[in-house]
Amino acid sequence: MNELSTPPLAPQPDRTQPARTVRRRNRRRATSLFAHGEPMVWLTGGALGLCLVMITGLLGLVLSRGLPTFWPVPVLELTTHSGERIGGEVALVEAFRPEPEASSEGAPAARPELEERRMLRTGNYDLTGVHFRWVPEREVASERAPEWILTIERLEWGRFFGTPTALDCDGVRTEGEPAQVWQAFEAAHRAARETWRERRAIETNDIGAAAKIKEQARLAIRDAQLRYGARSSEAEAVRQQMTTRVAQADAELARAGEQVERLKALNTGRTITLTTVDGVQSVIALDQIVRAFPANRLSWSDKLGVYASRVREFLFDEPRESNSEGGVFPAIFGTVLMTLIMSILVVPFGVLAALYLREYARPGPLVSAVRIAINNLAGVPSIVFGVFGVGFFCYWIGAGIDELFFAAKLPSPTYGKGGLLWAALTLALLTLPVVIVPTEEALAAVPRSMREGSYACGATKWQTIWRIVLPRAMPGIMTGMILALARGAGEVAPLMLVGASKLAAELPLDGTFPYLHPERSFMHLGFHIYDLGFQSQNSEAAKPMVYTTTLLLIALVVVLNLIAIWVRARLRRRFQGAQL
Amino acid sequence: MIADRSPTGHEHDLLVPAPARRLPQPPMQHPQPERAQPQRQPKIFDAIARNEPHVTETHEGLAGEEAVLEIERFNLHYGAMHALHEVSMRVPRGKVTALIGPSGCGKSTLLRSVNRMNDLIDSVRIGGEMRLNGDPIYAPGVDVIELRKRIGMVFQKPNPFPMSIFENVVYSLRIDGERDRSVLERTCEDSLRGAGLWEEVKDRLQDSALRLSGGQQQRLCIARAIAAEPEVLLLDEPCSALDPIATGRIEDLIEELKGAYSILMVTHNMQQASRTSDYTAFMYLGRLIEYGPTDDIFLQPHLRETEDYVTGRFG
Ligand SMILES: Nc1ncnc2c1ncn2[C@@H]1O[C@H](COP(=O)(O)OP(=O)(O)OP(=O)(O)O)[C@@H](O)[C@H]1O
Ligand SMILES: [Mg+2]
Repeated sequence: MNELSTPPLAPQPDRTQPARTVRRRNRRRATSLFAHGEPMVWLTGGALGLCLVMITGLLGLVLSRGLPTFWPVPVLELTTHSGERIGGEVALVEAFRPEPEASSEGAPAARPELEERRMLRTGNYDLTGVHFRWVPEREVASERAPEWILTIERLEWGRFFGTPTALDCDGVRTEGEPAQVWQAFEAAHRAARETWRERRAIETNDIGAAAKIKEQARLAIRDAQLRYGARSSEAEAVRQQMTTRVAQADAELARAGEQVERLKALNTGRTITLTTVDGVQSVIALDQIVRAFPANRLSWSDKLGVYASRVREFLFDEPRESNSEGGVFPAIFGTVLMTLIMSILVVPFGVLAALYLREYARPGPLVSAVRIAINNLAGVPSIVFGVFGVGFFCYWIGAGIDELFFAAKLPSPTYGKGGLLWAALTLALLTLPVVIVPTEEALAAVPRSMREGSYACGATKWQTIWRIVLPRAMPGIMTGMILALARGAGEVAPLMLVGASKLAAELPLDGTFPYLHPERSFMHLGFHIYDLGFQSQNSEAAKPMVYTTTLLLIALVVVLNLIAIWVRARLRRRFQGAQL
Repeated sequence: MIADRSPTGHEHDLLVPAPARRLPQPPMQHPQPERAQPQRQPKIFDAIARNEPHVTETHEGLAGEEAVLEIERFNLHYGAMHALHEVSMRVPRGKVTALIGPSGCGKSTLLRSVNRMNDLIDSVRIGGEMRLNGDPIYAPGVDVIELRKRIGMVFQKPNPFPMSIFENVVYSLRIDGERDRSVLERTCEDSLRGAGLWEEVKDRLQDSALRLSGGQQQRLCIARAIAAEPEVLLLDEPCSALDPIATGRIEDLIEELKGAYSILMVTHNMQQASRTSDYTAFMYLGRLIEYGPTDDIFLQPHLRETEDYVTGRFG
């Protein structure tokens, strides 16, 4: 390097000063080492390292908080000096500085020493009115882990901790040792849950269907009245026809109601009686119990079983307890479906727009302006898109659709409110620049020689685009799609306005015609996290779920991306060895 | 401008070990007293530099040939730049015609004008006429797409399409909507055989064409060009990106294609021009200086400028 900077053939300055030349060269070498960029290597490497540390820190936090959520922990019984007994799971241990004790002399009290305290998840909300309790370490006189205390997860009122004393099932009472009661519990619980599930199925399917028929009949009558006039013979005919259907549905409803009552009655006799650590007796209906286990007697494999069962519930069940317990299946489903619909909308649209910009539009100030505008669109805060989505899609187009096709249902809106379709469209708009920009770059990177080769074969412009340019640009287009997926799956703010809801009664895709219901509002993992962490009544209990759901959202985005990257890699392999 | 790439021919001389069929002789060995006037040498180039018109020196040897492509007083401007001046030439049927000349003299431009590739450039303006087998190329109402289907073109850099070897070869049939598998397969085999590539790729027709070597890619491009059975084959420096062996293959191939196809070829390699072509046209700064049978152009050119160029004593 240095040799190059001194021309070898330059006239030697003076043969009497060789030392100086050497010194100068040495100094140059030193500067050049500096210029070589050793410090720059450290600077750039350090910046990258910092990024990596932050990313791994984030992932580590989410993983370390999210993964253990479902691990069963032992239940402790603490006795305080005052004789009070507190039972529960340890949720948190922290050091704290107690309030300084008020001194009567007014002299500043000594700064108290740091102490430990534990937060117990005490459960039994129906009895005590609290979920959690802080217990300072110095107040604890003794602690033990009662062998037969059960952790009970209920459909309502959160967890219950207590030792079983009696079990009633179909008129048989098992009493005495907790071990005996527990043995009887497992079979009885299974039966009770089976009955409960049957009842739920009738309630959601049969009763739901009958209610839907009645609603449709009402709409049909209203529709006929709107169309032919309230007193016309046609409306009357429809009304009569519908009356018979309503009668049928009513009969169906009555039959289903009877069945529900029968199943309910069957389960009223199935209860378990437990004693809490402070000696209160409580009776819990077996069908209200989602899961119960003697937390202090679990072996490793038992714990794994509980973990697996909780994970399964989390992934495949519906939420309960205002989302802080149970599963997030509707949210996973909604997120995936919305993201897919969004990609289906945005990718063709973005590719067509990029094609026009790059292939057909005559380059000039107008095209440049459009391109700048598209790039800027990527920087618009997403909530702005949400506002636009509400104003344009929901209240304008949606309301128009309602007027035209769903007049009978008014004033309750069908499309004139947030829904899956509007959310997907809003996000499609939001991610449009993310698709257009890489697509345009990919189109521009298709070598001119390939296009010319195609034209020289007598291909038209469109044939060239379709057969040469698009396949060649496909990996770039996939990159755009991957970016759009990642952006769209994680976006929350606009969704809060255009269709994501805290709790959606029905999935947007189901077995009733037309199967996909783009007008329904849906649950979304991102919104679910927000709702859990910041809107929940019982935020302390929801906290672990926030991390777990975050972990799930990350995993979901990663999976969606991996699929897209895999597809792209397959496409790329086709162009391997392309030197052009 | 004039001499920036003139010794190119010599570079290739070093690369190509095979002796030329007709080595250009030093001019003093066969002096031609009637034209060996030293003051003529700068005359034409000076006149061109002064932007005076030049009348192409066309040899009589061309008179007997039937023309597949006629170029008449063709002019082309890139914006304000006048790239082709009054070019007139008749490209004979079934023969190989070489276009030689220093870099930037408009050889590629002329070649690309034949299949109207210059239409893709907005700033281009055209004057004069070309006829392919009697059909005008530049008349209004000519269907450019149909025209290009009658003309095959191979570019300087191999440009296979991002698809399989098979699809590359049958591309021109595909865009015509040909779906008959047997027709496609037959065309593919015939064209690959014609391009001397069949034996090398017959077992991997479904592989990506981009995985072939440079020389194979270039022969694939030739196969693609002859698959449409063009009336004229345009080759723009087909060997410039290839090593001597691949170059030799392509030259053999041109030899074989001769007769079945009419070939118009640009080359910077004097030996290649003298070995493979029947006729040679020498261009300079957008003018066609001299055009005649290759033997005459290389051994006894009418113009001193041509002689200087083909012997490498140019500039
Ligand atoms: N697209 C273009 N726009 C403007 N000028 C061009 C364009 N293409 C070529 N030219 C000019 O036209 C002249 C002839 O170019 P051409 O490519 O035909 O030269 P050539 O004889 O093929 O040279 P080479 O042997 O280097 O390939 C050159 O001066 C070149 O700068
Ligand atoms: Mg050229």
